[in-house]
Amino acid sequence: MGVGLPRLVGARVARREDPRLLTGQGSFVDDHRPARMLYAAFLRSPHAHARIRRIDASAALALPGVAAVLTGDDIARSAKPVRAASKTPNVKTTSYPPLALGKVRHAGEAVAMVAAESRYVAEDAIERIVVEYEPLPVVRDVESALDPASPVLHDEAETNLLVSREFARGDVDAAVAGAALVVRERFRFHRHTPVCMENRGCLAEYATGSGALTLRSSAQCPGLVRDILTDLLDMPEHLIRVIATDVGGGFGAKASLYPEEIATCVMARRLGRPVKWIGDRREDLLATTHAWDEIIDAELGLNQDGTIVGLRAEVIADVGGYSIYPWTAAIEPVQTISFLPGPYRVPTYRGRARGVATCKAPLGPYRGVGRPPAVFVIEGLMDRAARRLGLDPAEIRFRNFIRDEDFPYKSPSGIVWDRSSFTESLQKAREALDYKAARDEQARARAAGRWVGIGLASYVELTGIGSAIPVSPGMPVSTGTEAATIRFDPAGKVTAVFGVASHGQGLETTLAQIVADEVGVPIEDVRVVHGDTDASPYGTGTYASRSLVLAGGAAILAGRSVREKMLVIAGHLLEADPADVTLAAGRYAVRGMPDRSVTVRQIARAAYSGAKHLPKGLEPGLEATRFYDPYYGTASNATHAAMVEVDRATLEVKTLRYVVVEDCGRMVNPLIVDGQVHGGVAQGIGAALLEEIVYDDQGQLLSGTLMDYVVPSACEIPMMEVHHVETPSPVTLGGFRGMGEGGTIGAPAAIANAVADALAPLSIEVAELPVTPERLFRLTRKAGA
Amino acid sequence: MADMMTVRLKVNGVEHEGRCEPRKLLVDFIREDLGLTGTHVGCEHGICGACTILFNGEAARSCIMLAVQAEGAELATVEGLMRDGKLHPLQEAFREHHGLQCGFCTPGMLMTALDFLRTNPTPSEREIREGISAVLCRCTGYQGIVNAVRAAAPVLAAGR
Repeated sequence: MGVGLPRLVGARVARREDPRLLTGQGSFVDDHRPARMLYAAFLRSPHAHARIRRIDASAALALPGVAAVLTGDDIARSAKPVRAASKTPNVKTTSYPPLALGKVRHAGEAVAMVAAESRYVAEDAIERIVVEYEPLPVVRDVESALDPASPVLHDEAETNLLVSREFARGDVDAAVAGAALVVRERFRFHRHTPVCMENRGCLAEYATGSGALTLRSSAQCPGLVRDILTDLLDMPEHLIRVIATDVGGGFGAKASLYPEEIATCVMARRLGRPVKWIGDRREDLLATTHAWDEIIDAELGLNQDGTIVGLRAEVIADVGGYSIYPWTAAIEPVQTISFLPGPYRVPTYRGRARGVATCKAPLGPYRGVGRPPAVFVIEGLMDRAARRLGLDPAEIRFRNFIRDEDFPYKSPSGIVWDRSSFTESLQKAREALDYKAARDEQARARAAGRWVGIGLASYVELTGIGSAIPVSPGMPVSTGTEAATIRFDPAGKVTAVFGVASHGQGLETTLAQIVADEVGVPIEDVRVVHGDTDASPYGTGTYASRSLVLAGGAAILAGRSVREKMLVIAGHLLEADPADVTLAAGRYAVRGMPDRSVTVRQIARAAYSGAKHLPKGLEPGLEATRFYDPYYGTASNATHAAMVEVDRATLEVKTLRYVVVEDCGRMVNPLIVDGQVHGGVAQGIGAALLEEIVYDDQGQLLSGTLMDYVVPSACEIPMMEVHHVETPSPVTLGGFRGMGEGGTIGAPAAIANAVADALAPLSIEVAELPVTPERLFRLTRKAGA
Repeated sequence: MADMMTVRLKVNGVEHEGRCEPRKLLVDFIREDLGLTGTHVGCEHGICGACTILFNGEAARSCIMLAVQAEGAELATVEGLMRDGKLHPLQEAFREHHGLQCGFCTPGMLMTALDFLRTNPTPSEREIREGISAVLCRCTGYQGIVNAVRAAAPVLAAGR
């Protein structure tokens, strides 16, 4: 370690990526415009379910400036349809063609693609394409989709039930039957969508001479996209390069492969010209993956003292029209039943999950995946039980938390929790909130006729998942490893290359902190390269709160390898035994003799200066590539505490205070950890109070603008108080735990519980999110308020 | 294709002249014709504010204006903030207070905050939140942005 240099891991280091982003010098997809580039636009289906009888593009092709039009049939001749295969028996594999083939399954599905000299001309051309549709009955929701009389969206599946899965432990039926108290509820977590501020887009260039394809894409997972394009386009992997330098937010929305990426590659390969597609906001709301959308029937059985005896749940997710690659339609509902038992000792459990196809945009990963609904449910049940038993909501949690002596604890769904800080996080959250004072304040507000409430939510999530478990159940690709290449140049500066990608997480800074510490250089001497499959060792990308754990672990391994070689070279230069050389104050010195030392630069120069500067037999060069597989992954936990007020006149919910106590193990950069929590909580508050994707009975999207899909502005988000418990993970290199998603996992439940607490005098429970003023109006009116 | 029109304007103190269709959006003209890609397109319906620039000194959304409407105007974009290789104090504050993550809304957020601090040099937290509510950020939960604007306010006021 760079003793003497300020230790970087753990420090609030300002971000390395900021200067270029602050000055308008980012490198987003739309900032690129190679010579001879064409602009693409997609014609999208106005119908939710229809057969395509005929497409006539002649008028579009006749428009000056139009280079080509592609339809589903054209694409089918040059690219395979995407099939998100699953190894799980009860998950149906269905085809997702890049452009609709034969029929459309949701409003907004891409039907045809134009490439033209400008985006304006491309959109003119789109309007001139004539499509004859034969409308089919719309499968509008999960209940009707499961009706035997319902039309089936995918003939090959023979049913709309694409996913069914069950986790069970013990005799839950007997346990619940014998429970002193059973609380049950039908929970509804409505459809949401991530809304990255940068819409999705991509730019494909095909070099006809070499046969090489370069795709710039707003992708979180350049490696995953490269791998599947190899198969779909029948091209060797080394001729495909996927670049995602700057990406304007991801949140899971950009973790999947999208039809437009494939179609744009096909168009570029066909025309031998660069083709760029930049989606607009309407396309984003219509055709980027949606999220959560679940109905969860759950029952919790408890003893009189509030300890849990059993949990039963039936989860049904509306997975939309297609199963997305590579996560499959199983990702949301199966994650929900995986995490429903929460941080609690749940001796008996049965969680059943079903995923049902309907005529909506595909369901995909969004920050938290399955866990925002799961935590909403279990934390909602805990509060209901506490109210019935006359226990404080904190107390019932303390009585049920997995205790220190229980770790490692195997959850009823099979996940193993390593040592975590469930109890400590809640204790600390109570202190941070000054729980008693907050309750006193609430009592005073109540006495004055105000609706003020306090809500708690504790959760545990699995992060940094290694090769033992797929990130999504049964998914077709392995996501358990990442690699780092650390390379010194002869002047002693470091380039560190990673297969993960950064789209706001600040990995150019945190990974540089780790590398700099490992090899003993200042952070200014480390440049992190990511998001370019040609530059990086094999990797997939950034999702599932994995990048700091996996890429950070790989950075430690590669850093160690490089450092060992540096010690050997230093020993040679200092005429000392390498075992006596140590790294101190940024110099490699003979132990106990700080004057006998060489600089990093001297070592690096020697490494590239030929045999006479190196120990006999040592290979020249100074770089290492190492892979890291954390095998299982690691737990990450937090407690959120919210204090809200429901305005009695407008029924608007105002968040008065928001406290988070999180434990992401050893922190690399607290500035960035806090920022991730803030952003996650804001998305969770949006999900709980404002945001909702709404379709009508005909499958038409009613929330197709940002006026209708309400993303929180600064006015709806409070100042948050973030505190940390640092329990280094016992199972990851560096002790890191993933934390990119946590804010969004805890916030919906904390807000829902706070609103329910505010309305407890009216005996109102919050079982549906978002809890909008309209829903509160119905609830309060029903309660006679 | 409609007749092309000439647009003459000043951006960040530099005179530009371009020819475009009358229907061309100002943001597309700035990005494509002038090559200033720092100004971003987020929604094209005037809600998200990513495209915000200063138009004759006032914050304006360049995605719901036509380029031809900017004939004779003076614009400022994010590219004009840095001086002599040094970040503007507002940019410095955003870096110090972690006021950006993915950086996509940042140019619009900076231009909006600049205009806001010009009209309200000593704002309260509530006023800052209202002032920047014209720009949506999905990454930061606004906390770093609010802190950055609050920290930059006295620095900018002193520089006037």
